[in-house]
Amino acid sequence: MPDRQRIEQEPGAAPGSLTSSFAQRGWRAALAIFVPADVLSTTGLVLLYGFVAFLASAPLWGSSYIVTVGTLVLYAALLGQSWNIMLGFAGLLSIGHALFVGLGAYTAGYLFSTFGLPPVLGVFPAVAISVLVGSIIGFLGFRFSVGGVYFALLTIAFAEFTRIMADHADFIGGTGGLFLKVNQADRGGVDLINLRGNPVMFYYVAMVLALAALILARMLIRSRLGYYWQAIRDDQDAAQALGINVFRYKMYAVMVSSAIAGVGGVFYAFYYNNLFPESTFGIERSIELTLAPIVGGVGTLFGPIFGAFVLTPLGEFITWLIGFLKSAGLIDQSLKLNGLKLLVWGLAVVMIVLFRPRGLWPWFRDLLRISRRPGD
Amino acid sequence: MDLATIGNAIISGLLTGLVYGLSALGLSVIFGVIRIVNFAHGEIMVIGMFFALILFRTFGIDPLLSVPLAVVVLFLLGGGAFGSRLSNIVFADRRRPWLISGGLFALGFAMYWLSGHTLLGSERHSAVLNAFIDAAVTAGVVFFVLAGGLYGVMLKRVAHLPEHMQFLLLAAIAIVIVSGSLLAFGPDPHGVDVPYALDSFAIGELIFDKTKVYAAVTAVLVAGLLLAFFKYTATGKAIRACADNYLGAQVVGLNVDRLYAFTFGIGAACLGAAGCVILLIVEVHPYLAPSYTLLAFVVVIIGGLGSLPGALLGGLLIGLSEDLAALWEPSFKSAFSFGLLILVLLLRPQGLLGKASH
Repeated sequence: MPDRQRIEQEPGAAPGSLTSSFAQRGWRAALAIFVPADVLSTTGLVLLYGFVAFLASAPLWGSSYIVTVGTLVLYAALLGQSWNIMLGFAGLLSIGHALFVGLGAYTAGYLFSTFGLPPVLGVFPAVAISVLVGSIIGFLGFRFSVGGVYFALLTIAFAEFTRIMADHADFIGGTGGLFLKVNQADRGGVDLINLRGNPVMFYYVAMVLALAALILARMLIRSRLGYYWQAIRDDQDAAQALGINVFRYKMYAVMVSSAIAGVGGVFYAFYYNNLFPESTFGIERSIELTLAPIVGGVGTLFGPIFGAFVLTPLGEFITWLIGFLKSAGLIDQSLKLNGLKLLVWGLAVVMIVLFRPRGLWPWFRDLLRISRRPGD
Repeated sequence: MDLATIGNAIISGLLTGLVYGLSALGLSVIFGVIRIVNFAHGEIMVIGMFFALILFRTFGIDPLLSVPLAVVVLFLLGGGAFGSRLSNIVFADRRRPWLISGGLFALGFAMYWLSGHTLLGSERHSAVLNAFIDAAVTAGVVFFVLAGGLYGVMLKRVAHLPEHMQFLLLAAIAIVIVSGSLLAFGPDPHGVDVPYALDSFAIGELIFDKTKVYAAVTAVLVAGLLLAFFKYTATGKAIRACADNYLGAQVVGLNVDRLYAFTFGIGAACLGAAGCVILLIVEVHPYLAPSYTLLAFVVVIIGGLGSLPGALLGGLLIGLSEDLAALWEPSFKSAFSFGLLILVLLLRPQGLLGKASH
């Protein structure tokens, strides 16, 4: 309960007051980004740093399999954070988010494969294009006051439209796909500028990106902008009546979100080295990337990460379990693995939605008393 | 390109469009009343298609004749799923709705699975018996435990969840249906070879495919029955009352939960009929489902979400645009529909025949 947690708060801790904006709090705010003592209990802080240490050390003790799964988890967490900014912070449901990821991926991939532009530079045009398209969708949607379900369908429509256009764009390979050159020598080394290297490097890149997105999201949610977003999310008319420029701040939400998604897209392109319109822009991709934040808890900071840490290993576990049951002769060899895995996975998601409709993270957080204040 | 080619494309587009319209009616009814966007739309329709396929392959029943059966089965499935009140609708038993609807769901899925295996798995020689046991055991145990517990509470709650949770729940159900169909029927497409498959009516140079004509006529018939149901029957009027004013409907004593379940059942029944009918034109495979979901979204938004004549009009327009775009460049046919969708969303978000919401 909120009251009990208030009492536990130490007198010296920085007050997480609703009115103090990020800029006004100066250096203490900068410190608070890394030591969020105003929000987290001691348990929470220990867990947070334990978690970061766990992430950072994973390649040292884990097998290459752990590194691969970990990379996927962190990538899902990054995209989840991006999507969560739109829905969880500003209340804008996007079901075509793969569009922004795909645009970032294709832009950086195309510039690299055609002009040899390294992704360190390529990320700028990639983000620019993602943000541009995001702004167009946002502008059209908000200007014509397309809200709720209709806005979600508008994002799907744009994503599908782009997918079909990409099928026909020969300069990016069309349906044949766009391939990034990989030299055998690159596999062993670490080349951060060209984003070529071994899986451990990709793991750390994904980790840094995911943590950066988390810190950015935290800065945003505690800033004036973040409070405007939450006001718009909770009651758009009331926010407008208070003088918030609803159109502008909704645009900012789409732009920030699509920028992060664009960065994620660059990572996607250089991690997989092949891009196909169907598997990049497809609606399955869009749905897939919404799962982690929804399962983790929409509107929370750790929800997307937590959701990713539940879902990806769950899928891997089901794969392992089926393989195990097959080798033990308990189920028929001819049973198709993919269908069964998705079946169980889908049922698990259904269960989570039904029994933890606020997501898993708020429940877990309250269970361990990680947070000082509810709802952060 | 001569006039006859264009004329034929228009005819074919309009006939297909009527079937699209029928399928979109299912989405529109559910949204219009319960305010849920059914993201498992195409998936439910594919269940209808497989249902008709099974009847055709096993008993030789023409897909058009299996329409009434599919309507009944999918009505019960959809209504039961929504309300946890299958027992209520059918048995008037309030005591164990979870057990009954969950059990029926498990039974239904086991049958679905078994029929898929026996129907299409005959080329697997020694594994057939094995598959039977697997299917029965796995379907029985997994589904009774998981689904039996879940199914009863599944969709009834959905009306009270926030939008994104509805979307996720239905998307997850869609994943379950697609992967279930994949397990039961495999990824290969299956069609029906009705005796009149290649026949056509001809008026001058214009050609009407018999399959498309029959499909369209059936679709119009079913859609007409549905519209009449809403206009003239007491239940239909009650459902419209729920849609117009939820609180008012409760105040005058309508059982809104039951009507919602009924409506979801009707939506699913539409998809059952549309699935049977469309099987004449299209070969069925599990991955068909997501594209039909998208197609139905496009159709209803163009026509107006929640408007029944709008769904039919949208179906006609999309059918027409697909066939005309195919004349020009076949792979562009759905790009055209999505372009049209974006235009409608921006210029007339409530759709061509929809009522403005505010």
